[in-house]
Amino acid sequence: MQKDVMLDTLGLFCPMPIIKTSKKIKELKVGQVLEVISDDEGIKQDMPAWCESTGHEYLGLEEEANGSSIHYKAYVKKTR
Amino acid sequence: MDTVMAPTLDPQVALAELGEKKPDRVTLVVLSGDMDRVMAAFIIATGAASMGMRVTMFFTFWGLNALRRPGARTRATDGLRRMFGFLNKGGADRLPLSRFHFWGLGTRIMKLVMKQNRMPGVPELMEIAKDLGVKFIACTTTLGLMGITKDTLMDGIDQFAGVSTYLAEAKDAQVNLFI
Repeated sequence: MQKDVMLDTLGLFCPMPIIKTSKKIKELKVGQVLEVISDDEGIKQDMPAWCESTGHEYLGLEEEANGSSIHYKAYVKKTR
Repeated sequence: MDTVMAPTLDPQVALAELGEKKPDRVTLVVLSGDMDRVMAAFIIATGAASMGMRVTMFFTFWGLNALRRPGARTRATDGLRRMFGFLNKGGADRLPLSRFHFWGLGTRIMKLVMKQNRMPGVPELMEIAKDLGVKFIACTTTLGLMGITKDTLMDGIDQFAGVSTYLAEAKDAQVNLFI
């Protein structure tokens, strides 16, 4: 998926990916897409919930096998 | 003929806008001074703040231990409270686990595992909470009761207050938790 900014949260557990996302999104311009990479499975549910609560647009999630772990890539479009 | 148009206001639109701008609110009463419970409280608080909610944490009884500077001596004047303040050790980094503390060994192992997994502990979570604008209120009644004086607490406590202050916040909040 097309992205403008990437945020690496690999190795971090809840609530760090969400906290880092909320800080990073402030650096983006409206309309830009943020890619958040995490290996915490919770992000599959947490990122759509965060988007619903904050009003940013959730574009989807890609899963990528990486050795024994899975890397989740969540895409968020800044709306405001 | 020129007419001056009066600005029209659709009440429904105005209401919708108002509803959108008003942030959701969360309050947490932190009564426990156990590391696991306090950690859960801060995880919820920082998560909520990241989601754009306004968060207030009300610390009372053992929860106050999280706000104490480690090693700070109580200035309570009467003997009993002085003794209590001395025996009840505080400090965000020194909270025991609610279970499996095993005289410190269990807690130490848990902290080690957390560190290995790059999980933030209570002091780190507190710092993040402050950074995200979470409001800290310390209960004055229990401070007095437990022989904890204000000068032995950390900086950054927003208010020293009682139950009415908490309830005034809680009645307008959507999520109120007691931990």
